[in-house]
Amino acid sequence: MTEKTIMRKDLGGKEIRDKLKGKSGQAYWSSLESLSKTEEFADLISREFPEQADQLSDSQSRRNFLKLMGASFAFGGLSACTIQPQEKIVPQVRAPEELIPGRPSYFASAYPDHGYAFGVVVESQMGRPVRVDGNISHPASLGGSKSVMQASILDLYDPDRAQTVTNAGRLSTPSVFWQQLDQRLKMHAEKNGQGLRVLTQTTTSPTEGGLLRAIESKYPEFKWHHYEPHGNDRSNRGSEIAFGRRLSCDYDFTKAQVIVSFNSDFTSKGSTSARYSKHFSMARKVRDGQSTMNRLYMAESSPSATGSMADHRWSMNSSAIEALAIQIAAELDVPLSGNYKIEEALPLSTIQAIVEDLKAHKGNSILICGESCSPELHALVHSINRELSNVGSTVFYREHAELGSLNQSDSFSDLITDMENGEVETLIILDGNPLFHAPVDSGFAEAFANIDFRAHLTSHVNETSRQCQWQVAASHYLEAWGDLRAFDGTVSIVQPLIQPLYKTVSRLEMLGFLAGKAGVSGMQLVRDHWEAHRLEANFAIFWRKTLHDGVMAGTQFPQLTPKLRKILIPAGFGKLTEEDVVELQLLPDPMIDDGRFANNGWLQESPRPISLLTWDNAALVSPKTAKRLRLKKQRMADFRLGELSLKLPVWILPGQAENVITVHTGFGQKKLGRVANEAGFNAYLLSTTEHPTGNTGLEASATFEEYNLACTQDHSKMTDGYERTDELGTSTFEDRKLIRESTFAEYKANPDFAHEGVHDPADDMTLYNREDHKWDGAEDKYAWGMVIDLTVCGGCNACAIACQSENNIPVVGKEQVLNGREMSWIRIDRYYKGEIDDPRIVHQPVTCMHCENAPCEVVCPVAATVHSKEGLNSMIYNRCVGTRYCANNCPYKVRRFNFLQYADRESESLKLQRNPNVTVRSRGVMEKCTYCVQRINQARIESKKSGIPIKDGQIKTACEQACPSDAIVFGNINDSESRVSKYKSNKLNYGILTDLNTRPRTTYLAAIRNPNPEVEV
Amino acid sequence: MAEGSEKSYQPPVEELGPGQTTFTSITDKISGVVFTKHTPIFWFISFAIGFICLHGLMIGAPYLLYEGTGIWGLNNPVGWGWAIINFIWWIGIGHAGTLISAVLLLFRQRWRTSINRAAEAMTIFAVLCAAQFPLLHTGRPWLAAYWLLPYPNSMAMWVNFRSPLLWDVFAVSTYLTVSLVFWYVGLIPDLASFRDKAKNRFAQILYGFLSLGWRGSAFHWERYELASLLLAGLSTPLVLSVHSIVSFDFSTGIIPGWHTTIFPPYFVAGAIFAGFAMVLTLMIPLRKVYGLYDFITERHLNNMSKVMLAAGLIVAYGYFMEVVIAEYSGSQWEMYMMRNRMYGPYGDYYWALILCNIIVPQLLWFRYFRLHPIWLWIVCQFINVGMWLERFVIVVMSLHRDFMPSSWGSYSSTIWDAALYIGTIGLFIVLFFAFIRGFPMISIHEIRTLLKTGKH
Repeated sequence: MTEKTIMRKDLGGKEIRDKLKGKSGQAYWSSLESLSKTEEFADLISREFPEQADQLSDSQSRRNFLKLMGASFAFGGLSACTIQPQEKIVPQVRAPEELIPGRPSYFASAYPDHGYAFGVVVESQMGRPVRVDGNISHPASLGGSKSVMQASILDLYDPDRAQTVTNAGRLSTPSVFWQQLDQRLKMHAEKNGQGLRVLTQTTTSPTEGGLLRAIESKYPEFKWHHYEPHGNDRSNRGSEIAFGRRLSCDYDFTKAQVIVSFNSDFTSKGSTSARYSKHFSMARKVRDGQSTMNRLYMAESSPSATGSMADHRWSMNSSAIEALAIQIAAELDVPLSGNYKIEEALPLSTIQAIVEDLKAHKGNSILICGESCSPELHALVHSINRELSNVGSTVFYREHAELGSLNQSDSFSDLITDMENGEVETLIILDGNPLFHAPVDSGFAEAFANIDFRAHLTSHVNETSRQCQWQVAASHYLEAWGDLRAFDGTVSIVQPLIQPLYKTVSRLEMLGFLAGKAGVSGMQLVRDHWEAHRLEANFAIFWRKTLHDGVMAGTQFPQLTPKLRKILIPAGFGKLTEEDVVELQLLPDPMIDDGRFANNGWLQESPRPISLLTWDNAALVSPKTAKRLRLKKQRMADFRLGELSLKLPVWILPGQAENVITVHTGFGQKKLGRVANEAGFNAYLLSTTEHPTGNTGLEASATFEEYNLACTQDHSKMTDGYERTDELGTSTFEDRKLIRESTFAEYKANPDFAHEGVHDPADDMTLYNREDHKWDGAEDKYAWGMVIDLTVCGGCNACAIACQSENNIPVVGKEQVLNGREMSWIRIDRYYKGEIDDPRIVHQPVTCMHCENAPCEVVCPVAATVHSKEGLNSMIYNRCVGTRYCANNCPYKVRRFNFLQYADRESESLKLQRNPNVTVRSRGVMEKCTYCVQRINQARIESKKSGIPIKDGQIKTACEQACPSDAIVFGNINDSESRVSKYKSNKLNYGILTDLNTRPRTTYLAAIRNPNPEVEV
Repeated sequence: MAEGSEKSYQPPVEELGPGQTTFTSITDKISGVVFTKHTPIFWFISFAIGFICLHGLMIGAPYLLYEGTGIWGLNNPVGWGWAIINFIWWIGIGHAGTLISAVLLLFRQRWRTSINRAAEAMTIFAVLCAAQFPLLHTGRPWLAAYWLLPYPNSMAMWVNFRSPLLWDVFAVSTYLTVSLVFWYVGLIPDLASFRDKAKNRFAQILYGFLSLGWRGSAFHWERYELASLLLAGLSTPLVLSVHSIVSFDFSTGIIPGWHTTIFPPYFVAGAIFAGFAMVLTLMIPLRKVYGLYDFITERHLNNMSKVMLAAGLIVAYGYFMEVVIAEYSGSQWEMYMMRNRMYGPYGDYYWALILCNIIVPQLLWFRYFRLHPIWLWIVCQFINVGMWLERFVIVVMSLHRDFMPSSWGSYSSTIWDAALYIGTIGLFIVLFFAFIRGFPMISIHEIRTLLKTGKH
C-alpha cells in the first residue's frame, strides 16, 4: 500500500491530492469534474507520465529513461487492475461428469419477459451459455420461443454493456459504491427511511417482493415505485372496472373455435405469446379428413403477425374498434349501463353473422383485447366473455402475479410528485430508462436533477444513467440468481449459467443490500426466501427439482370466478371519429420492444413482421391516408400532436387502418451503444402523461427531405411497398403459385386445390439415371426434408433469430441491408393479396430448399457446394472461392454472400457467444441454410455409438425448435411414420417453383383460412 | 493477275493506296513509325490518358483485395455486375482480331493484311484486360487463382467439370495462348526487318533477340507459311468457341433471360460486331495521325463496315428472337422477364441498347457513312456503348428480378466498379500505344506480298 502511494505521488498525483484534501464522499465526483476545468489539471491529465515525460526530451536524463523502461517492464507483469482470486489451480484429473468439450449441457432458467417468467433451457458449451430455447414444461413457453428471448443471449455478450460501477462516468468499484450507499442508508435510517425510494419496472419476483417488504420494515417510510412505458395498466384498470380489483386473465386457445380479437396481437405480444401461438395453431392446423378449424376475427389498427393469420381482418382506428365491441355486446344483449350510442363500425349483417357464430360456440369462444385498448373496452370484453359462458372454459381469472397494488402510471406519478416536493433524497433505479421513455410532460426529468443521490442499476449506460451519479452495471439474467412468476403464478428460479463477465451487481444483490443483507449472494437470497416458503419438507430435493424442471410445482394460482359488475360505458366511448381526424398510436416495437433491446443487433436487423423494416422506426401510414396527407414513402414529415412535434420518416403500409399513424417506440437512444445509436427516432417525444401511447388529433406535414429506410423485401423504391403487382401492373406472385391458399370450405370440397394448374415435370423426365439422384441416404437410409405450414405462420421471427443464434450469422448493419446484403438464412417473405386498401397478408418462411436437382451445385467451378447422400445441399466454406454463381442460379435466392468481413472477429465478448459447432465465415464466402447439419451429425454420432437409429423428432432444426406454433417440421422422409412424411403426404403439401424440376426438399402446406360464409367480404 | 500489265497506270494492288509501289517504300513507311525522332504529340497524349486511367486498376484492385467485393454495388439477387459485364465486353472485342487474322486468312481475303497486325494486338490486349475480371470478381481471389485449375493435389479435390465457369477458364486461357503465339509468329519476319534497319545497338539486340534468328531463307519462309496456316486453322474454331463458351455461363443457368439456346451464335455475332467497332475505333485515328492512307484505304473502311452491318443484323435478329420466343414460349417467367426488360426499372437501358446496336448501325447501309471516317468512328462508339449495355441487360436485368418477387432487388454501381473498368481501358491504351511505338503495327512482309503478286 505504501509503495503504491509513493509511486502515484511521484507520477504527479500530488497536486490533485492537495486540491482534494479535506473533501470526501459526495463532493468527490463533482470536485473532480470542476477540477478538470482548471488548466493545470487538464494538462496533468493529458500527460501519461506528467513529470518524467519532460526528462525524456532532455538528453542528460538517459539514465532516468532507462529506469523508466525498467519500471514499465516490471509493472507490465502486474496486468490490469483486477485482483485475481487466490485460488490454487490444478488441472482436472477427473473432469466433472457432464463436462465434455464440444458437448453442450443444458440448464433450465427463466427469461424475464417484462417481469414475467418465460421458462427457458439454456445450452452451455464448456461453461459458456450459447443458446436459449423454450422450456417445454413451462406454461408460458411450452417449448416455443419468442424472438426477443432467443436474442437475449446476445445481450449477455454485448461489448457495449456497462461493465463496472462508474461514478459520474469515471471508473469506480462496487465496494466504493456500497460504501457510499451505506452512508446514505445510515442517514435514512435516522429518519425512518424517509426520502429513500426505489424505482423498478414490472416485476413478479417473490424474492424481490420479500426483500422489498424487508426494506419497508427496516425503513417504514421507504417507498417502492414501478413503471414501464408499455405496462399492463389498461388491462388492470379494465379488470378493476369489471371486477373491482386487479386480476390477471388468461385463455385456453385449444378449445376456442371462434376468436374475436380487438387489437390483440396475442401470438406475438406479451409473455404468453408462445403459449397462445401453440394453442391457437393446434386448433387451426388442417390435416386430411379434419372437420373443424378455428376462426379468428381480427379488428386492428396496425397490421400484426396475428392479424396476418386472421380469417377476417378489419383495419380500424381505436374508436371504431370500441364501436365494434359495443355492436357485438348490444347484439348479444350484454347488460350495459351508461349513456352510449351504438354506431356502425361494421354493417349490421356482418355483426349478426359474427354474433351467430359466437352464440353457436358458447363456452368455446374467446374475445380478447390488446393492451393498447381502453380500460373500458377491456371491461366490456370481460362482460362479453361472461355472457358467452367462456369464463372457466376458455377464459380464466387468477390473482395478479405482478408485485404492487398500484397501477404503474399512478405509482410513477406519485414518485414524480414526491420528487417535485423534494421528498426524494435517494433514488435507486433498477433497469429501465425513465428519462428516455417517460412522457414528455411528466416532469420527471426536471425533478430528477434535484435528487441528492441517484444510482442506476443498468445493463447499458443510457440517458438515465448519465444523469445519475452512480452507474452500477447490472448482471444479465444468465449471470445472476433470481426468481419470477409466469402469467399464471407458476414460479421459476432464474438460474445463472456463468459467473458475471464483468464487475456487475444483480437486482437481488442491490435490493438485498438495501434490506440490510449486504454481502449475501443472490443465490442465498433466493434460497433463503424459498427455504422459508418451501412447498416440500425436504428443501434440498425441492430446490434441486425446481432448478432441474425450471418450474416450481404447485405454485400456479388457482382459478377464480370473480363477480362481474355492471359495466358503465362512458360517454364518447365508441364514438366514430370524423373523416379527417388522424390518430397516433405508439406501440412497442415488435423487435426492440420499448427500447430495452435497442442495442441488440439481431433484433435491430430483424425485419418487423409486416413492414419488414430494419434499423429504423417510421410513421406507418395507409396508402389512402398517405395520399390525403400528401405523405411520400421514405420522406421525412413533421408530426404534431398538441404542443409536441417530431420529425419522422414515412412508410406506407397496406393493411394499416385509415387515419391511424402507428409509430414504434424504443428507437432513437443516441448514446446507448454502437447498435442503437444510429437507429431510428425517439417516438416517446410524442407521449404525454394523459395519453402515453398517442391520441387523436395528429397533424402531419410532408417535407422534401429524403430518408432511406432499410426494408428487406422492397429494395426497389418504385413498388410502394406492395409487391402484389409491379409497376407494370403485372401480377407478380399469384401467378407464380408461390403461395397457395384456399378457404376451409373449399378445401373440404376440393382437397387437391393446391396442385391444380401446376405442371411439375414427371419423375422420369431426366437424362440421368433417376436412381443415382434419389439422395435417400447411405446405409442408414435417411433422407432429410422439411415442411412448413403456412396456415399457422404469422411471421413472428422467432425462427429467424434462433437460426441466427445457432448458426453464427453476422449482423451487417443498415447500409448493407439497404444494399440488399442481409445474411438471414431463413427469411420470412410477406405478400399481400387483394386490394391495396384492404389486403390479406401472407407470410412464407423460406429456407434453403435442398433441391434434389440443385441448380447451384452444377455451376460451382470448385465444387464447393455438393449434395450429400441424404439429400442435403452442403456448403463447403473452406472450398468456396466466392464466384457467387450459385447464388445467381438459385431460383429461391436463399444464398447469402459475405461481401465484406461481416463476422465480428475483433470483439472478444462476442466470441464467447458463438456456436462452436458452426464455422464463423470469412469474407468472400457463400453461405446458406444447412438444415442445421451440425445437429444432424451430432445425432448421427450418438446413433452410431448406441446402434439405435435416429428417431423422429430427435433432430430438430433451430427454426423448428423455436417456432411457437410448430409450423416447421423436419425429419426423415424415408420413414413413412415420421411427422415430416405425414405432412408431405398431406394433400395440402406443395413445393414452390417445382416446374423448374428442382425437386425441393423443403415444401409447404397450403394456407387455409376459415372465413365465415355469412360475412360479406 | 494479268490485268495489271494491260493498264497503263493504276495503283499496284487494289488493297493499297497509290503511294505504295515498292518494297522499300512500304518498309520505310511502316518502320518509320517506330524509327523516328518525332513521335507525334498524339501518341504522348494518348499514352498519358491511358496511363492516368490505368490508375483505376492500380488503386481499385488492391483496395478490392483489401476490403472485399462489397466495395462494388453487388447484392443478393444481383451477384454479378460490372466485373462480369466488362469481362464479356473485353473478350468480345478481342474476337475481331482473331476473325481478321485467321478466318479471313483462310478465306484469302487479302485486304486483311494491312489491319490484321493491329487487330491481333488488340485481341491480346483485350483478352488481358478481360482476364483481370474473372479472378478479381471472386470473393477470395488468392484461392481462386489456382483452385480453378485442375491440378492433382493432396486433397484429391478436382474442379467441377460441369461448371461453365471452369469451361471459361479453359476457353479463355486457350484463346490467349493461341492468339499470342499466332501474333508473335506473324511478327518474326518484321522483327527481323527491324533488327536490320535499327541503328541503335540496343534496338538491334532487342529486335535480334525477338526475331529468333530469322534470316529470311526459303526454308524459313516455307515453315513460316505452314505454321501460319496451322495456327490460323487452330484459331478459327476459337472465334466460334470462346464466346460460345462464355455465353454458356448464362445459357446453362436457370434464370429467365439467361436460360436460352440462342446465346452462343448471338454472342459470337455480338463479339464480331463489337470487335470490328473497336478495330475501327483504333485504326481511324492512327491512319490519320501516321498518314497510313495507303495501307488502310477506303476499301478497308468499307469492308469492315459491311462486316459490322452483317454482324449487327445477326445481333438484331437475336434481340428480336428473344422477344418472340419469350412470348411464344408461354412461360410466365420468360414473358415477365421480357416485359421487365422493356418497361421495368431498367427499361431505359434496354431501349438505349436497341438504339445503339440496332438503329444507329443501320446508317452503314449508306456508302457515305461507310467511307466517311468521322461518321464511321461515331457509329463505332455507339456500338461500343451498345455492346456494354447488352451485357448489362443480360447480366444485371435478368438477376434483379427472377422467380421470387420477395427477393427482387435493385442494383447500382459504385465508384469502384467504374474504377476497375476505367483501369482496364487504361491498361489497354497503354499496352496498345506501347506496341505501336515499338513494333510494326502493320505487317510489312504481308503487305510486300501484296505488291509482289501485283507485279506478276
